[in-house]
Amino acid sequence: MSFNNFAEQFPVVFSALNSGFLQTLKLFFVTLLGSLPLGLIIAFGSMSRFKPLSAVTRVIVWIVRGSPLMIQMLIIYFFPGLVLHNNIWGGGEQGRFIAASVAFILNYACYFSEIYRGGIQGVPVGQQEAGQVLGLSRSQIFFKITLLQMIKRIVPPMSNEIITLVKDTSLARIIALQEIIWAGQAFMKGSHGISGQIWPLFFTVVYYLAFSGILTLLFGYIEKKMDYFRS
Amino acid sequence: MAVLEVKNIKKSFGKTEVLKGISFSLEKGDVLSVIGSSGSGKTTLLRCLNFLEFADEGTISVNGKVIFDGASPKKLSDSVIRENRLHFGLVFQSFNLFPQYNVLKNVMLAPTLLKRDTPENIEKRARELINRVGLSDRIENYPCQLSGGQQQRVAIARALALNPDILCFDEPTSALDPELTGEVLRVIKGLKSGDSTMIVVTHEMEFARNVSDKVIYMADGVIEEYGTPEEVFGNPQSEKTRSFLNSSFENI
Repeated sequence: MSFNNFAEQFPVVFSALNSGFLQTLKLFFVTLLGSLPLGLIIAFGSMSRFKPLSAVTRVIVWIVRGSPLMIQMLIIYFFPGLVLHNNIWGGGEQGRFIAASVAFILNYACYFSEIYRGGIQGVPVGQQEAGQVLGLSRSQIFFKITLLQMIKRIVPPMSNEIITLVKDTSLARIIALQEIIWAGQAFMKGSHGISGQIWPLFFTVVYYLAFSGILTLLFGYIEKKMDYFRS
Repeated sequence: MAVLEVKNIKKSFGKTEVLKGISFSLEKGDVLSVIGSSGSGKTTLLRCLNFLEFADEGTISVNGKVIFDGASPKKLSDSVIRENRLHFGLVFQSFNLFPQYNVLKNVMLAPTLLKRDTPENIEKRARELINRVGLSDRIENYPCQLSGGQQQRVAIARALALNPDILCFDEPTSALDPELTGEVLRVIKGLKSGDSTMIVVTHEMEFARNVSDKVIYMADGVIEEYGTPEEVFGNPQSEKTRSFLNSSFENI
C-alpha cells in the first residue's frame, strides 16, 4: 500500500512525527530534570575554595563545553560496548534514550553551571554580608537571600540555553534515537508506505517553532513575575 | 563594666598593615564616633568587630567575656562565630537591603529565621521599629521603591530587630544625597538612650561633635586621638588631628 497525494500522506506523517516529537520532548524534559540540579552542583564545585576541586571541575567544564555534543554522545553510547566490550546501555530504543540522556545531562549541566556561577557571583557581596551580620547561616543566606536574586539574573541566559536545547535534541539522531528528525527523515527512504518524500522532514520545523514559542512565552511570564524587585 | 573592650587589634591584607594595634573600650549607652580620612582603617575595624574580617591579633570582649582572641590557635566554628556576631549589628554604607522582600519582611527576616520569638511578637516588634524610623506608611514597599535615606532607615530597623549590644554604622550617610543625610542622622541620634551602645564611622563632623560621647580619630591604622568631642574637636593633642580637623572644617 502506498500513498500518493498529500491529503493521504498527511495523517500518516502527522502521527509518525507526533510519536517522534514525544521522544524529543522526553529527552528535553529528562535533560532539564537532570542538568538543572547537576549544573548547580558543578557551579559550587567550580567556585569551591578547595583548589583541587575547583581546578578539576573547571577542566571538566572546559572539556564538555569545548567538544561537540555529537561526539560526546557517540563516545558515551559506543565506548562501553565497542571498547570495553560491555554494552551497559543494552540494545534498542530504551538504551539509546538513556545514553542520549546521559550525554545531554552532562553537556547541559556544564553550560548551566557557568550561568549559575555568573548569577551567583553577580549578586553583590553586600547581600551575603548583610545576611552574615544578621547571624544567618550559609544555607539560610543562600536559600533566603541569594537564590531568588540569582534566579532573576539567570532567567534570560537560561531561556536562551533551554531554547537551544529544544533544537539540540535532534543531535540524538546520530545514535538513531527515534526523535522527530529521525521520524521525518524516514519518509525519504521509505516508511509507513511513503517514500521519496522530503516534506515531512521540513515539516518538523513547525513542531520546533511551536514548542520554542511556548517556552518563549513562559520565560517572558517568569521574567515579568520577578519584575517587582530590582537587584 | 565596659560593654565593649577592644585590645590591640591588628589586621593586615597581604603586606599592607591596615590596623596597627587598636585598643579602646566603650561603656553601655555610649555613642562613639570614629573619624579619619579614607584608608585609615575605620571600616576594617568595624568589619573586624562584626567578624566580616578576622583580626590577626588582639582580643574583643563583650560584657567582660572574650569573644575573639587572635592568639588562640583553634579556629572558631561557624556556629560560634554566628553566635558572637549577634552581639553586634552593622548598618552598611550601601544599605544592602534584601531587594526581593518588602520593608516589613526585611526587618523580620533574621529574627524569624533565628526563631528569636513567636511570629506574632516578631512582627509586632518589627512594626514598632519601622514606626520608630518613621516609615510606617512604607511597610509594604520594596527597597527599589524607597529613597536612599528611607532604605538606610529600614536597614537601621533591620539591625535593631536583633537587639545587638553594640550597633555599628559604617559611613551610614556617605552614599546619600546631602538632603537625605539629615533624616538618617536624626534617626541615629534618636536611638541614643541609656541602653543602646553605638559605634559610628562617619565623615559628618557636626554629627560626631554634637551626638557622640566619645570620638576616635584614626590615621594610618592607629588611634591618633581619643576623647570626648570637646577634647578631640576643641583641644586636639596631635598635629595630625589638628590638620585633619582643619581641612574637614575648611570653608570653601
